[in-house]
Amino acid sequence: MTTMTADLTSRLAEDLDGAFPDLVRELSSGLYSGALRMLGDHHEAEEVAQDAFVRAYRALQGYPAQRIRELRLRGWVWTIAANLCRNRIRSRARRPTGSFDGIDPPERGDGPEAIAISTESVGQLAAQLLGLPWEMRTAVVLKHVVGLSYDEISDALDRPRGTVRSDVSRGLARLRSALHREEER
Amino acid sequence: MNLQSELESLRVDAPDGLITAVLAETGLVDRYAVRPSPLGDVFVSFNSRGVTAVDLAESAEAFERRFQTIYGRPVVPVDEIPPPVARHVDTAIREGRPGRLAVDLSGLTDFQQAVLRRTAMIPRGEVRPYGWIAKEIGKPGAVRAVGTALAQNPVPMIIPCHRVVRSDGTLGKYSLGGAENKRVLLEIEGLDVDGFARLAVSGVRFVGSETTRIFCHPTCRNARRITDANRVEFGSEAAAQGAGYRACRVCRPSVAA
Repeated sequence: MTTMTADLTSRLAEDLDGAFPDLVRELSSGLYSGALRMLGDHHEAEEVAQDAFVRAYRALQGYPAQRIRELRLRGWVWTIAANLCRNRIRSRARRPTGSFDGIDPPERGDGPEAIAISTESVGQLAAQLLGLPWEMRTAVVLKHVVGLSYDEISDALDRPRGTVRSDVSRGLARLRSALHREEER
Repeated sequence: MNLQSELESLRVDAPDGLITAVLAETGLVDRYAVRPSPLGDVFVSFNSRGVTAVDLAESAEAFERRFQTIYGRPVVPVDEIPPPVARHVDTAIREGRPGRLAVDLSGLTDFQQAVLRRTAMIPRGEVRPYGWIAKEIGKPGAVRAVGTALAQNPVPMIIPCHRVVRSDGTLGKYSLGGAENKRVLLEIEGLDVDGFARLAVSGVRFVGSETTRIFCHPTCRNARRITDANRVEFGSEAAAQGAGYRACRVCRPSVAA
């Protein structure tokens, strides 16, 4: 992954239009999944991911080649995406009339088996994630769903590395105890 | 399963349309649909700037291959044409002018764009010589380059390159499926192609009216209103001007190369 993105930055620096589709292909699953787990809404996650890629492309168009080569690509793209996610959450707060459902509904059209898995384990964990405070939620999602390093998360969220580490571990602890409570019910 | 691997399993694939939507929005991939035209169904591609190509390919695969070769980016089919294109594309193809349809000429040189913009203003059912376009865009010596630019017209029919012909009365080349299609399109538009050719072969380049003392390209709508009794024929602009005639302000006749 790291060597792949390193190679990608140099190809982007040389031929932005030629290499950008590869960037989108390589980062789309992580960007969409991360936005989905931060926002809990498929449609919004898709819009955020699309918007983040388009903004990234326009920004890269204005960067000199050397600057593109030095980018930590995933952390940088997530700087854009995390901001967009936060803006979505804020605009929900401004119009609070029931628009925040907080759960990840099973995809329509999934078979009964998929729905069962989704609601029993995946759905439950996804719902618990959405119950975490924003700082912990973003740190946990970027670390364990998207798979970023602490340095990349520190870039993306513009928080010190130590703060990010502690947000992740406190977030995990909260998830564990929340899931534990669910099991005891 | 421990918590961390459960969190990893929350990672899912992006929806099918996401990558295409991003590439379309950034102009790195175009989309296309099949539309009717006077020459039968054509492939029409577009991006966020407008229509990018019109092509009479024998199959979708052939169109996609050719598009990638010419423009260096992929093109993918789309079920629903975006409204700004959908509203105007069929009219533009049928009438042979862009009208309100946005056309993306951004990949072309300034010269090519100038040729195509001027060509787009030639009225339906009329023709102009290659040399006239060259003169109109301020490059009177660039007649061959005009021909080349028109041969590379990415949006034939929408920008009516079929209305630019040789001054000797032959129609010249046509990029969309060959020269015969140029005749088909002009005849559909009501041009008497054989009549125009006969006139050109006999050396007539312009016609004038004895009553107005104005001279025109033979296919100009003003020229077609001249009655036979008042009609005068000229072999050159100089001859017309020498006889005291002035150039029509609509078709702007000039020395055809």
